[in-house]
Amino acid sequence: MRNKRSPLASTIRQNPGFYGAIIMLLVLYLVYNMLHPRGFSAAVLIQNSNESVAIVFLAMAQTVPVLLGGLDLSVGAIMTLTNCVASVVVNGSPPQIIVGMIITLATGTAFGLMNGLIVVYGRLQPIIATLATGAIAVGLALFIRPAPGGNVDDDISWALTNDLYELVDTYGWFDADAAWFAPISWFPVPLLIVVVIAFGVWLPFKRTVTGRTIYAIGSAEGAAYMSGLNLNRAKIAAFTLAGFFAGCAGLYLAIQTSSGNADITQAGAYTLNSIAAVVVGGTSLLGGMGGAIGSMVGALILRVISFYFRIVSIDPLLQPLVEGVVLLLAVSLGAFRTLRVKNQLNLFR
Amino acid sequence: MKLAFPSLKSEDKPILIASAFILVILSVGTAYTVSTQGSAPLLSPNYLLQQLQTGSFLGIVAAGMMVVILLGHIDLSVAWTMTAAAMMATTVGGDLAIPVGIAIGVGVGLVNGFGVAYLRVPSMIFTLGVDSVLRGLMVAHTGGFAPQDAATPLMRTLASSRLMGIPSAIFVWLAVSIVIAVMLKRTAFGRQIYVTGNREMAAYLSGVRTRRVILGSFVVSGVCAAMAGVMLAGYSARAFQGMGNAFLLPAIAAVVIGGTRILGGQGRYAGTLVGVILIVLLNSVLSIMQMPEAGRQVIYGAVIILMLLVYGRGGKVHS
Repeated sequence: MRNKRSPLASTIRQNPGFYGAIIMLLVLYLVYNMLHPRGFSAAVLIQNSNESVAIVFLAMAQTVPVLLGGLDLSVGAIMTLTNCVASVVVNGSPPQIIVGMIITLATGTAFGLMNGLIVVYGRLQPIIATLATGAIAVGLALFIRPAPGGNVDDDISWALTNDLYELVDTYGWFDADAAWFAPISWFPVPLLIVVVIAFGVWLPFKRTVTGRTIYAIGSAEGAAYMSGLNLNRAKIAAFTLAGFFAGCAGLYLAIQTSSGNADITQAGAYTLNSIAAVVVGGTSLLGGMGGAIGSMVGALILRVISFYFRIVSIDPLLQPLVEGVVLLLAVSLGAFRTLRVKNQLNLFR
Repeated sequence: MKLAFPSLKSEDKPILIASAFILVILSVGTAYTVSTQGSAPLLSPNYLLQQLQTGSFLGIVAAGMMVVILLGHIDLSVAWTMTAAAMMATTVGGDLAIPVGIAIGVGVGLVNGFGVAYLRVPSMIFTLGVDSVLRGLMVAHTGGFAPQDAATPLMRTLASSRLMGIPSAIFVWLAVSIVIAVMLKRTAFGRQIYVTGNREMAAYLSGVRTRRVILGSFVVSGVCAAMAGVMLAGYSARAFQGMGNAFLLPAIAAVVIGGTRILGGQGRYAGTLVGVILIVLLNSVLSIMQMPEAGRQVIYGAVIILMLLVYGRGGKVHS
């Protein structure tokens, strides 16, 4: 029998959450720019993307353990830890800066690896094991930076938080005013970083056997085991990758703010927001369905909603309330599933 | 040989190990104070009672949290439920203060339960949303400042006075503990919580109204958090922003250290009691040692991991 639907239509039908989120983001951002007093401008785009990078990376970090059917409550803490590490090591001569960035990312990755080892060989529930390792990460961050502060190279701060023109101009790679460069020189660097990491790390990883195994574990762990997949390796890889993404978030936060801040409240808030972003992006908390690209979109949706408060005149005192109500409504959208369920038993899975 | 060593039930093991660890904490703390100050304040009944008094707020929150965790769910809204209950209680004042506070808890519990049980939104995310809505409501209500209303005399009495030399907060904690323990052990509702937590579909097919059980459990958790909030306001004589934030993670940790399975269906209330006492004593010993916040966090996390590695390990995956 021939499938009448085109491939695009069928992927849209199979991933309603993901495509719904993309449309929602596009509409929200379009309306935001139309309402914005400055209209569509690159400066607003740069500022917005700067403020979104950390939570986008964190949402991607959270996605991987969620696909396993677990949760990583330490992503915010790992971000805080790497943020503090970066505020110490990312400065000096260019080679030193690069080594510093590698040290920062390696710290996050190593912490994620430790999470994975504890979850796999300690056979603990991820949610509770990472709750505890999160406390350890915040503690280490406080050791490194008892008070907020630090020192990040000014050039790299400036170059990585602006558009491509400034990046090229700062380091003098080539003539930034060249004619061929003009059409793309407005592109924000932070957006480019996110896209490169998402498409250069996540998508290739997803296609490996280990990446597919993560999805298999989330769908049916027993079946994955019986199929001879290496569960332990996939679980360790998932937490390690989460640590890496959280490290990216911490590194960028340090570059953006030029400082490190071991703030326990901030770590907790970021972790919880990352879970919300994952859900809004169409990834199931039960595991096995969704992906980091969706979470990226989910995180952006949450950020854009908070941008609205700057242009819509609303009592600042009501702002947290509106944010909370929007979050609650967004996560309740999935509830429409329950209205369509024909067999009540399917609810209790 | 088996008679000499009666085999331990798997549920009792965490409680015994956690109790042993409490003794370890006490002896390490005492050894420290004896060697540095030549006195042993940790072993004086007065000091211990004082610690239990501050621990009673955490104990009450953890009691409610345990009921929800037994279902395999979690209540992340306790922090702002506490704050909201405390703020509304001090705002209303007078005789109605405590009932209003408790009513806030019931309301929050009903909303949480409705979202989790009927809308089938994962509890982790729904209660998180409710938490931020409550925070927004309280910011709008107070204008972002600490409210000036003071706690009523009854609230202060409940939280900080002493009855027969024992802080009355401990009596409240004891009363809540007895109610929860009896509810879990001796009532149909309690047994249904365990059944639902083990496998909701099986419970549903056996005629348990699982949605009502979930709704009821979230109400219990909301009421416990509200009570703790009202008492905390009485203890510090007023309500303030974010007063509940420090209670969420320790409450979850206390429940899990006490041997309750985070996936639900297994756990004893005695374990939660022991878990709360362990966390409170660990905190007080660390502050006696003048441990900086950084070291505290690391030790805190390491202790949870170690305790769980000893007895909280799950089974291997087979088919």
